[in-house]
Amino acid sequence: MSFNPAILTDNWREILDGMALTILIWVAGTAIGLVIGLAVAVLQLFTNRWLAAPLTLYVAVMRGTPFLIQLFVIYYGGPFFGLDLTPLTAGIAGLALYGGAYFSEIFRAGFLSVPPGQIEAARMMGIGRLDIVRHVQLPQMLVIILPALANMTVLLSKETAVLSVITVNELTSVVQSIGSTTFAFAETLLFLALVYWAFLEIVTAAARRLEKRVGRFMLRTPS
Amino acid sequence: MFDVNLIIKSLPMLLQASVWTVIYSLSSVAIGFCIGTLVCAAGLSSSRLGRGFSAFYVSFFRGVPLLVQLLISYYCLPLIGVNVPSSVAAVGTLALCTGAYLAEILRGGFLGIPPGLIEAARMVGLGRARILTRIEVPLAVRLTLPSLVNETTMMVKASSLISVVGVLELTRLAQNIATSTFQPLEIYLTAGAIYFVINGAISLIGRFAESRFRLETAR
Repeated sequence: MSFNPAILTDNWREILDGMALTILIWVAGTAIGLVIGLAVAVLQLFTNRWLAAPLTLYVAVMRGTPFLIQLFVIYYGGPFFGLDLTPLTAGIAGLALYGGAYFSEIFRAGFLSVPPGQIEAARMMGIGRLDIVRHVQLPQMLVIILPALANMTVLLSKETAVLSVITVNELTSVVQSIGSTTFAFAETLLFLALVYWAFLEIVTAAARRLEKRVGRFMLRTPS
Repeated sequence: MFDVNLIIKSLPMLLQASVWTVIYSLSSVAIGFCIGTLVCAAGLSSSRLGRGFSAFYVSFFRGVPLLVQLLISYYCLPLIGVNVPSSVAAVGTLALCTGAYLAEILRGGFLGIPPGLIEAARMVGLGRARILTRIEVPLAVRLTLPSLVNETTMMVKASSLISVVGVLELTRLAQNIATSTFQPLEIYLTAGAIYFVINGAISLIGRFAESRFRLETAR
């Protein structure tokens, strides 16, 4: 078994492009997923049963089926509904829908963690439903659910690798194709693992610091 | 047009393939449970080497996407002279990966066991291994059952990724049918529904087991 790291340095431009795309997918998917998650949680908790039931089904389905199958349905099944998505948009949409289901559960738990007395008090003062969410519930619950949100965000960065299966040119796909054209599987795949590992460690450490900072803020203001 | 006939026609095949999905995912959870217990025991031991190894193991297998792990075992094992069927390599990789998650879950369980219980067992003359298998593991499992069930459903979903390294299971078969019939939507929706049912069944069994165990502790 020979080990030739030059294969990686020769293709550094493509690898960097792949990394950039991975990060773009991750950030876009997470951002849209957060919006979906919050919207789903709010609709589930504050509207009637007929609107909540399909949303509950959506969350259960997204959490109960493999991400890969969801991507296949969106990418290969999309044209059936007239949705002719490129691999990239299908991938980002898939990641957002998948993450959104998990995020919605986190947001829901957050909403329920705010004492109902506060909401009653706010309602007594004539504050509207949406304003209560924005000014009373969200600021308090975000501190509580931040670790869970950060955790899910980190998990989503790993899921981006699955997009390589629907031919998105992100990091895994780029490095894998370099590997299969040069037959340098050991170099390329171990490098790939190291990159993800380092990235995950950095993001996790950043999330920990953020949690600590926000926690400190919580200690300062009496609740 | 949505082709219900195709679904009915391919359902028996898909169900057959889903048996493999269940076998692969459950066996990887079973093997992973043993790995996780050992890694967790090493992490809670007094040995610095053991703790270091445990931290490294958990960090690596949770820090690298499962797909990348599967690709490494698929392409790199032959390079170092290990020639095993791809299904064995894939299940081994799933087990190693879930082992890291299970170690983290079990750690909470092990820490929740009252130390007096273990001291008592030691006083009665039970050896270290027997304390682990007879007292610590059963209690840790009971304490962490919801998380263990959840991890099992995660593995059922994760097992879909082994289709990428050419192992025939539900996702792979669905892919084969979808490409030969050109009707991916019906097939993938059916496959998704089967996964959904499998995971629903696992959650149900898990909830049943939880209620059983809770009765026992209440007594």
